[in-house]
Amino acid sequence: MRGYFVGAGLAIAVAAMATSAMTTQASAQSEIKIGEINSYSLLPAFTEPYRKGWQLAVEEINAAGGINGKKLVVISKDDGGKPADAQTAANELVSSENVAMLTGTFLSNIGLAVSDFANQKKVFFLAAEPLTDAITWSKGNRYTFRLRPSNYMQAAMLVEEAAKLPAKRWATIAPNYEYGQSAVAVFKKLMSEKRPDIQWVDEQWPPQGKIDAGPVVQATAAANPEAILNVTFGADLVKLVREGNTRGLFKGRTVVSFLTGEPEYLDPLKDETPEGWIVTGYPWYSIKTPEHDAFLKAYQAKYNDYPRLGSIVGYQTIKAAAAILAKAGSSDPEKLIAAAEGISMPSPFGEITFRKIDHQSTLGAFTGKTALKDGKGIMVDTAYRKGSDYLPSDAEIEKLRPKD
Amino acid sequence: MAFYVVQFLTGLASAASLFLVASGLSIIFGVTRIVNFAHGAFYMLGAYVAFTLTERFSGAFGFWGGIVVAALVVAAIGVLVEMVLLRRIYHSPELFQLLATFGLTLMVEDLVVLIWGPDDLVGRRAPGFKGAIDFFGQNIPSYDLFLIVLGPVVLGVLWLLFQRTRWGVLVRAATQDRDMVAALGVNQKWLFTSVFALGVFLAALGGALQIPRDAVNHAMDLRVIVEVFVVVVIGGLGSIIGAFVAAVLVSELNAFGILIFPKISIILVFLVMAVVLIVRPWGLFGKPEAPARRTPGLTVNPWRPLTTNERLAAIAVLVVAAALPFVGGNYLLTVGSEIAIFVIFAVSLHFLMSVGGLASFGHAAYFGLGAYGVALLAKMAGLPMIACLLLGPLLGLLGAAVFGFFAVQLSGVYFAMLTLAFAQIVWSIAFQWVSVTGGDNGILGVWPEKWAASPSHFYWLSLGVAALAVVILRIIVFSPFGFALRATRDSPLRSEAVGINGKRIQWTAFVIAGTVAGLAGALFAYLKGSVFPDNMGISLSVDALVMVLLGGVETVSGAVVGAIVYKALNIWLVSQTDLSKLVLGGFVVLIVVAFPKGIVGTLEAFMHRRRKSSSSASSPLLTSRIESAE
Repeated sequence: MRGYFVGAGLAIAVAAMATSAMTTQASAQSEIKIGEINSYSLLPAFTEPYRKGWQLAVEEINAAGGINGKKLVVISKDDGGKPADAQTAANELVSSENVAMLTGTFLSNIGLAVSDFANQKKVFFLAAEPLTDAITWSKGNRYTFRLRPSNYMQAAMLVEEAAKLPAKRWATIAPNYEYGQSAVAVFKKLMSEKRPDIQWVDEQWPPQGKIDAGPVVQATAAANPEAILNVTFGADLVKLVREGNTRGLFKGRTVVSFLTGEPEYLDPLKDETPEGWIVTGYPWYSIKTPEHDAFLKAYQAKYNDYPRLGSIVGYQTIKAAAAILAKAGSSDPEKLIAAAEGISMPSPFGEITFRKIDHQSTLGAFTGKTALKDGKGIMVDTAYRKGSDYLPSDAEIEKLRPKD
Repeated sequence: MAFYVVQFLTGLASAASLFLVASGLSIIFGVTRIVNFAHGAFYMLGAYVAFTLTERFSGAFGFWGGIVVAALVVAAIGVLVEMVLLRRIYHSPELFQLLATFGLTLMVEDLVVLIWGPDDLVGRRAPGFKGAIDFFGQNIPSYDLFLIVLGPVVLGVLWLLFQRTRWGVLVRAATQDRDMVAALGVNQKWLFTSVFALGVFLAALGGALQIPRDAVNHAMDLRVIVEVFVVVVIGGLGSIIGAFVAAVLVSELNAFGILIFPKISIILVFLVMAVVLIVRPWGLFGKPEAPARRTPGLTVNPWRPLTTNERLAAIAVLVVAAALPFVGGNYLLTVGSEIAIFVIFAVSLHFLMSVGGLASFGHAAYFGLGAYGVALLAKMAGLPMIACLLLGPLLGLLGAAVFGFFAVQLSGVYFAMLTLAFAQIVWSIAFQWVSVTGGDNGILGVWPEKWAASPSHFYWLSLGVAALAVVILRIIVFSPFGFALRATRDSPLRSEAVGINGKRIQWTAFVIAGTVAGLAGALFAYLKGSVFPDNMGISLSVDALVMVLLGGVETVSGAVVGAIVYKALNIWLVSQTDLSKLVLGGFVVLIVVAFPKGIVGTLEAFMHRRRKSSSSASSPLLTSRIESAE
């Protein structure tokens, strides 16, 4: 008997699937659809604020009359953290939902998978978060644009501060995957250019998400570095900081750290936040510009919560997409590319431009030092660094990027 | 010198955390033979519940009380799970319980985010163990020392429990021979429940004790589960001392390994396991399993080739499937291609599992090798698509030939874990060898040629290959080779006595299965246009297992249905909801309860009964199973 019920349930599920696949022809006249993909179920700590950010953007855009009079609709899909699933989602968005463009993605390999899909199917893709340099340079293609400052740019921002330090003996701790590897490689290269006198005395490569922090901290300390570069984030960072604090790894050593100033990663550390680390991040509490104030007020009014960096990325991704769609006045991918190349627009961090040469936006990042205030980690001595100041010369990019 | 001592102690602390969780898993497996995939989920729940309790009740009493209460609460949840869910399926085919615990794990991952929110949670430090102790200029966290003491204490308590109590004697007896324990009139129901409760308690305690050093988050379970399994297997299943020694071995090798090879952590445990299993096939402290006493001829409905009518029906289904491009859009066709590819993958594993009796936990390796074979041939050698599709799977064949040779020397769970180890080794090569494989950024731009590029053409290609694969594997099942393989599965001793070279037969089956999986991977590479290390990851291996179990292990082609149902549902749910894991997990649990032999298995049994009752002449013995765990 039970079998029948489940069988019936299955039949309903299959039937529902068929109907949902068939309801493809939506009213295309009065709305413009954007397809958005992200790792919602795998990385909720980042993607929840991210989703709130883009939902706010959609609301603002439609309140202001939409895109050339058409209502903006964002259809959002989860990729579960798998490149193959992201492509399935991209395919659904393009083939069944007829979206004008694809946006989103967090992990670098997923960003690359969707970018390759976009290149093959000739669809416009605005990558939101993936940091890998490959997406705009070595594996760049004409259909793909990227919003966030890349690995290279963040490394260049940190190197500017790190090179001023007296430290000569450096150790690195980075997650053992593409992001960690390329962050360390770029940092080392730029740093050694500025400071030929420094030595790299140790490197640790814990697996992403599985750091055995005690031995890693001890091994790093044994090399007796004067300064440490950290690229771990999330739960790995928490474990590293806790072990490092207890074992005194950070005492008398300067730490330079990617992304640690982002509220997503800094806030969980609470009163264990190490002080004086040089980090990139998002000090939403100390940015006093009219653009950011407007964003902050709107965000807090809508969600009764403070924004994370993900909120900015989500918000600006959809704002940028809308600006490109409005300028193109069409959803033809060629016209979208033409519109996007060189387009300038306001953002909560000030005006940004999508460069023609490599499709990278000039959105910047904040650098600063970590500090403790009322039992919470914050960034102090913050400075906004424009993305355009931290990119290699055009000639170098010409060499890196394949010709279209 | 002081540094090496401290590094050793640090390794011991890691070992203690690992041992707590591993001991619980080892006990549960030893007695109930359940591959408890949900063990990581209980570990994570322990941490979450302990976080809530220790945040609410401060002070030393609040903290330590919170830890213990959290472990007890989660143990109670474990008891509930055992009584409501697992008790119903102890009679199901081997490994079927894995499916139930897998479903639970999926659900818990989404539930903790719903309950505790998406952020990483950092709990309190343990009162009295906040600082570090100076050891010749090196700092040792006092909490590490606490863990170092706790590990052996728990080991001692468990030892006393097992050696000095009647309950312990029963547990040991059941670990050795549970049929005999049942025959002697021991109430197995409560024995199993209590063992499960103890195991879950240890897992949750292990999780709760991580609060002062870790961040509580929704990915903790997967982080720990595989590693713990490996530790249990290295130590020898059911051996608590073995689990302890293995935990120390793995942790110390890691602590000192990273001094020489900083990138070793990612693969170390699997390397150790592969070496240990090749040298000692039952783990360090395990004993060879007694030959199975079951008589499979009575538990399985006899297999037979399809009748003419059934063949016609199958062809009709194929024709209907082939007509999809005339009604469905591009998206539906691409999903259809993906499902067809997973049918190929699932039937290849099914062939190994049901016909060969060899459950592989690392079948994705050969799928991935096929995919990488295609990608490398297409990108580096620039071969045309047809050549790639024919040659790419050969990489899967090669991998299966090498690894299969070692793997078939073992049996049961040891076989499964060795295949897992090999799969992880292959995965880490794809992951680390950036100059050739592109690392985790993968190989892009492997798109099909014009003739196969349109979704409908690719769909027909995939469907055709899938149909061919199913037919060929069925022909093999009913060939003399297939009979020899089944004979080896059912009774190694008797088949050897009639002159069958069991190991060679199994090895051949392994290579066949690996090659077919490679074929699926080759098609998959073209479907997605790119290849990533994910394509040979653990989660894909688990997916394949789930598909086979869902369809029914004791059937000839149940995996076809299992693959279609699971893949279609998965794609649909991921597209419809962010809580796809919760719904999918719930669905898997529901199916487990409703179809205790898998979908096709249960339907077959149902038909069989109907046929029997209409003829009503046969003996009841043939249709009732021999129960071992009443």
